Amino acid sequence: MEGINWTALVIFVVIFGLITWLGFVAANWRRGDLSLINEWGLGGRRFGTVITWFLLGGDLYTAYTFIAVPALAFGAGAVAFFAVPYTIIVYPIVFLVFPRLWSVAHKHGYVTAADFVKGRFDNRWLALAMTITGIVATMPYIALQLVGLQVVIGAMGVGGAGLLGDLPLVIAFVILAAFTYTSGLRAPAAIAIVKDILIYIAVFAAIIAVPVAMGGYGKVFSAVPPQKLILAMPPPGSWGAYGAYATLALGSALALFLYPHSMTGVLAASSRNSIRRNAALLPGYSLMLGLLALLGFMAIAIGADKLPEFAAGFKQFGNNFAVPAVYLHFFPAWFVGIAFAAIGIGALVPAAIMSIAAANLFTRNIYKEFISPNCTTSEESQMAKWVSLVVKAGALVFVVLIPLQYAIWLQLLGGIWMIQTLPAVILGLFTRWFNSWALLVGWAAGTLLGTWMFFSVNPPAPTYPLNIAGFGMPGYAAFYTLVLNLALAAVLTLVCNAIGSRARNDETRPADYYV
Amino acid sequence: MDESDRESRGSHWWYLLFAVQFVAVLWVPFYNSVEPTWAGVPFFYWYQLLWILIGAVLNAIVYFATDH
Repeated sequence: MEGINWTALVIFVVIFGLITWLGFVAANWRRGDLSLINEWGLGGRRFGTVITWFLLGGDLYTAYTFIAVPALAFGAGAVAFFAVPYTIIVYPIVFLVFPRLWSVAHKHGYVTAADFVKGRFDNRWLALAMTITGIVATMPYIALQLVGLQVVIGAMGVGGAGLLGDLPLVIAFVILAAFTYTSGLRAPAAIAIVKDILIYIAVFAAIIAVPVAMGGYGKVFSAVPPQKLILAMPPPGSWGAYGAYATLALGSALALFLYPHSMTGVLAASSRNSIRRNAALLPGYSLMLGLLALLGFMAIAIGADKLPEFAAGFKQFGNNFAVPAVYLHFFPAWFVGIAFAAIGIGALVPAAIMSIAAANLFTRNIYKEFISPNCTTSEESQMAKWVSLVVKAGALVFVVLIPLQYAIWLQLLGGIWMIQTLPAVILGLFTRWFNSWALLVGWAAGTLLGTWMFFSVNPPAPTYPLNIAGFGMPGYAAFYTLVLNLALAAVLTLVCNAIGSRARNDETRPADYYV
Repeated sequence: MDESDRESRGSHWWYLLFAVQFVAVLWVPFYNSVEPTWAGVPFFYWYQLLWILIGAVLNAIVYFATDH
C-alpha cells in the first residue's frame, strides 16, 4: 500500500471505461420502449437461458460475496463454507417454486413479488409489508457492494482518509447511476457477461497458480490451525456448530430468491423453462464461490496479515483485505488489475439490479398503489428511474458516513427480515389457504422476534443460542423466526375461518401458474 | 400442491433427487472430518465441492425427466 500500483490501476480504469460504454449502449440492445417499466425495469422480459444465467450469476454472486466469504474463511475457518451447502440447496427450491412465479407474473404483468401478493390475496397492506421488507433489506446490501469496490480501489493504493479518499467511489457510483438510469436492466445484463468471464479467469488462475506456487493444496491446508480446519464437535447437550451451520445454509437458501434483486432476475427471463434450466446451470457459480472461499486459507498460509506490505490494508479493511492480499502477493500487477476490475464490476452489476428492484417496488407498490393510482405508464417508469438514483445515493451516503459495522449488521438483519415474506410469496404460489391478515401478523411477529434475537447476543449476530428443555440449539435466527411466522399464520387462519371471515378476491387462476 | 399435477403427472418421484441433496449437505456429521483427504484437501471441503457437481447433475436429470 506504499504508493499507487500504476499498472494495475491503468488496467482497472481501462476495463471500467469499457464497461461504462457497454452500460450506455445496452439501452439499444433488443430495443424496447424504455418509458415502460416493463422495459426499463425487466428488460422487456426477453432474456433467454444464457443471458439469464449471466444476469442471475452476476446478481447473486456479488462483489461483497467474493470479498466476504474468503474473509470469513480467513478469520473463522470452516464455518465460511456454509455458503456451499447454501448454494447447493437453493437451486432445487428455485426449480420447484420460481417457474410458477414467472408464469403468474407473465400472465398478469406483475413486476414485483408484492404485485403478486396483492393480486393473490387482495390485501394492499400485506403487499405493503412485502414492499417495505424488500426495500429495507436491499439498501444495506447495495451499500456493501460499494464496500467491495472500496476494498479493491484501496488495495491499488488509491484513496486514503477523508472525503478525497472517497472520490474514486463517488466516480464509480456516478457512472453506475447514469447507465442504470438510461438503460435500466439491460445495462447490468450486458455488463454481467463481461464481468463473469473476468471473474472466472481471476478465480481459476488463483486456484491453480497459488497451490502450484506453494507446493500443493496440502501445504495450504496444513497452514490452517486445526480448530479452523473443520467445525467444532458439538458439546454434550447441544447440537453446537453443526446445527448453526445447517440452519445458516437452509435459512439463507430460503431467503435468497425472496430478495427483490433475485425476483427481478427471475421475472426478466423470457420463459419459465429458462429458469428451470438455470437450476442446473447456476451451480457453475457455486463451484467458483466454493473455490474462492479457499483463497481465505491461502491468505492464512502466506500469513497475509503479518506481511509488512499488507499491514496498512488489513488495518483499514480488516479481514476483507484477504483476497486482495492473495492477488497482490502471487500475481503480476497487470493480472491484479484484471482481477480487481472483475471484483469492482462485480459490485456494479448487483448494485444496479438491486437499485432497479427497489425502484420497481417503490414505484409499483407504494407510489402507484398509495400515492398516485392514476399515473400514466411513462410517469410510472420515470418515477422508477428517479427512485433508482435516490436508492443509490442513500447507499453511497451510508458507506461514506456511517461505520461499516452498521451496514454489515443491517445486511445480516436483512436476511432475517426477507425470509418473513416466504409464507405469503412462496406458499402463496401454491395455495390460497392462508388468510391474508394472518400472514401479516406472522410477518410482523417474525420480523420483531428476529430483530430482537439478533441484538440479544453480544456482539449482535444472526445465530441465536436457542435452548429447549436443556438442549442447546444455536441456529440461524431467520430459520427460527420463520417457524414462528408459519405457525402463527396457520393458527390465525384457522381462527379466522372458524369465525367466518369474509373470503377475498383472488385474481389468479390455477392455470396461470403454468403459462 | 394439487395444481402441480398437470406439470409432473407420473413423475413426482423424480423430485426425491432434490431431497437427496438436502440430506447430503445439511446433515453435517456426514462430512465434518479431515480424513480422507484428497490431493491434500480435507474431506470437509472436497465432499461439499463435489456435491455442487452432483447437485447440478441431479437438477439436470429432474429437468429432463419432468420436461414435456
